Amino acid sequence: MSQAIDKKSIPRQPMPEQEPEDRVRNFDEVPYGFTAELAKLEALRCIMCKNPKCVAACPVNIDIPAFVALIQAGKFLEAARKIKQDNALPAVCGRVCPQEEQCEGACVIGLKHQPVAIGRLERFAADYERHRAAVTIPELAPPTGKRVAVVGAGPAGLTVAGDLVLKGHQVTVFEALQEPGGVLMYGIPEFRLPKEIVRAEVDYLRKLGVQFVMDYVVGRNSTIRELLDEEGYHAVFIGTGAGLPSFMEMPGENLIGVYSANEYLTRANLMKAYLFPEYDTPPIRRRRVAVIGGGNVAMDSARTALRLGGDVTIVYRRAREQMPARVEEVHHAEQEGVKFRLLTNPTRVLGDRRHRVTGMECIEMELGEPDESGRRRPVPKKGSEFVIELDTVIVAIGNKPNPLVPRTTPELQVSKWGTVVADPKTMQTSIPGVFAGGDIVSGAATVILAMGQGRIAARSMDTYLRNGAVAESGS
Amino acid sequence: MFEIVRKQEVAPNVHETVLRAPAIAKKARPGQFVIVMVDEKSERVPYTLCDWDRQAGTITLVVQEVGQSSRKLVLLQAGDEVAHLVGPLGVPLEIERFGTVALAAGCYGLGAVLGIARAMKAAGNRVVTVVEADSHYLHYFRAELQAASDEMIQTTIDGSNGTKGHALDVIKRKLAGGEQLDRVIAVGCLFMMMLAGEATKPFGVKTLVALNPIMLDGTGMCGACRVSVGGQTQFACVDGPFFDAHEVDWEEIRDRRVAYSDEEIQAVARSAPVERRRGHGCVP
Repeated sequence: MSQAIDKKSIPRQPMPEQEPEDRVRNFDEVPYGFTAELAKLEALRCIMCKNPKCVAACPVNIDIPAFVALIQAGKFLEAARKIKQDNALPAVCGRVCPQEEQCEGACVIGLKHQPVAIGRLERFAADYERHRAAVTIPELAPPTGKRVAVVGAGPAGLTVAGDLVLKGHQVTVFEALQEPGGVLMYGIPEFRLPKEIVRAEVDYLRKLGVQFVMDYVVGRNSTIRELLDEEGYHAVFIGTGAGLPSFMEMPGENLIGVYSANEYLTRANLMKAYLFPEYDTPPIRRRRVAVIGGGNVAMDSARTALRLGGDVTIVYRRAREQMPARVEEVHHAEQEGVKFRLLTNPTRVLGDRRHRVTGMECIEMELGEPDESGRRRPVPKKGSEFVIELDTVIVAIGNKPNPLVPRTTPELQVSKWGTVVADPKTMQTSIPGVFAGGDIVSGAATVILAMGQGRIAARSMDTYLRNGAVAESGS
Repeated sequence: MFEIVRKQEVAPNVHETVLRAPAIAKKARPGQFVIVMVDEKSERVPYTLCDWDRQAGTITLVVQEVGQSSRKLVLLQAGDEVAHLVGPLGVPLEIERFGTVALAAGCYGLGAVLGIARAMKAAGNRVVTVVEADSHYLHYFRAELQAASDEMIQTTIDGSNGTKGHALDVIKRKLAGGEQLDRVIAVGCLFMMMLAGEATKPFGVKTLVALNPIMLDGTGMCGACRVSVGGQTQFACVDGPFFDAHEVDWEEIRDRRVAYSDEEIQAVARSAPVERRRGHGCVP
């Protein structure tokens, strides 16, 4: 068929973006997104598989061929609504999901050519709907009279709230910080995920009837027990995330100028420190910056530091191919001028008499035998120590689960890593009626995995609320 | 939004601020703190919970103007609102029957020890409260502290009220004179708290101090408030704010406290000068 030949001759469409030399001087979003023409052209590349592998590879099983077909037909609003049947946060997921490992990684076109840009199309549809203020409210199920408390307004909690409110339950989301969004607000920088988008997606949930209570710390203001026994909630979802920063435990780590990535990014993103002095929180504006780590958070920290005027080096103990960050993020960082010192591990931070950072001693590494993770273990090269002169060190080596809820809920079963134990099929915890999902269960992971767990939890919570028990199969 | 129900300047640059916050008042316990954001552009600043009224649903903070964010709070009046108020945060102070508990307080600490004094007394302790100030007009909450203590001693640096000298001079004299103190709790500027540790160490009296490093979220997320205590890194917001004065790395916390002073001076310079306090040279 001639159409099939045509399709394969269309290359994957690049997304227009700000030039690197411009964007390092602002916090505006880097990619501009597809135009309607580019979106249609890209959508045409989809061959509409009978058994679409992309859907199975998506943690929330978005009906990808259906929405791509609507984009092919130029029915952009319908496409956005189609996605929203499965995903309450499409503008977010279209930007931050690791699509190359999920939907796009499974795309059949990708076997011979480049995969269909599913993430960019998702983003396009969501943006199209938002920009036209054409967001509609779907019909809600009749009220069930059941009340649900969601602890934490991050990706998992927002997903649960969105799903359960559609099913007629009354949902209240409790958040300790001043704005809903969790890591989407404090962690991911403006240039990668504009906060206006998070606000719009939260506003959508408000319009659906979800109540948000900010400045409320579950574990302090109320315990999980009190929410159930005294405050009249019929079920609780714990989505408190992995918000406790890990440090290297090396000498000099408490010197002034050593920050956790959480602190660095929270100042910049949530507190808008880059707009200081219009905002009161001072930014960390230094000359020579090292970021320790090779994940997305390390890339976000490095690119933020670059925009605050720093000379930035990523220090990572393994090789480039082993970096956990998305390829696109590493590529963006490199384009913008972040330097990489790979196979290098810091051993101590050096400071002056005023406890301010002056440098960092590192040691070169080489790859040895594979370890438990299957990656070749980095081994220090004897006598290869050297010093980098610096005034700032950002530690981006991961986060541990937030301990506040487990500490104040003695009957909640917790693993040796501090994560909440939940049945993967239902996300129910050791306490009946209490469910959990996201980083508090899986340890630091991705936005879409947290949303996938939120989706499972919402399904079994609905069953629990209607029948007083969770179905065995979890469906 | 959280309404200010009462506000008065109880001493120069010391503002008793009562806010409506039923969810905090309900759970407040001595030694805990709250985080305040005056408006959407403010910093998140920690303040000690001085007092609370569960029935009225209010909490009391003592606020001193030291920078841009505290200035915003101080300029509000009764009837005004703050945008965000989070708490109670931190580990409550251990309240038990210890015997004699001595509280040493300076600056904002006069307010901060009020709830502690009441709770310690209610637990059956003999409470000795020693408050210090540069001069007589900086003593506040006198009647309240008097009522909450079995013995109250006021000291002034200039000798204009009570005993001349520092609160710790009184504590030291008591210990040297053989008086039995079972626990000392010091709340004030860093220097004063450090000296408290030095003063009681030779006598082996357990001494707790309320550390107040720079904080951001106050819930354990950012790690800005880490302090070294007994050679271990602790987060003051979730592991503290109270720590053993004999175990704290004072030099480290002193330097970390002023990490942003250049930026803060720049921010404050945008409006009007801020009063610099004397005394121990304290940076509250």
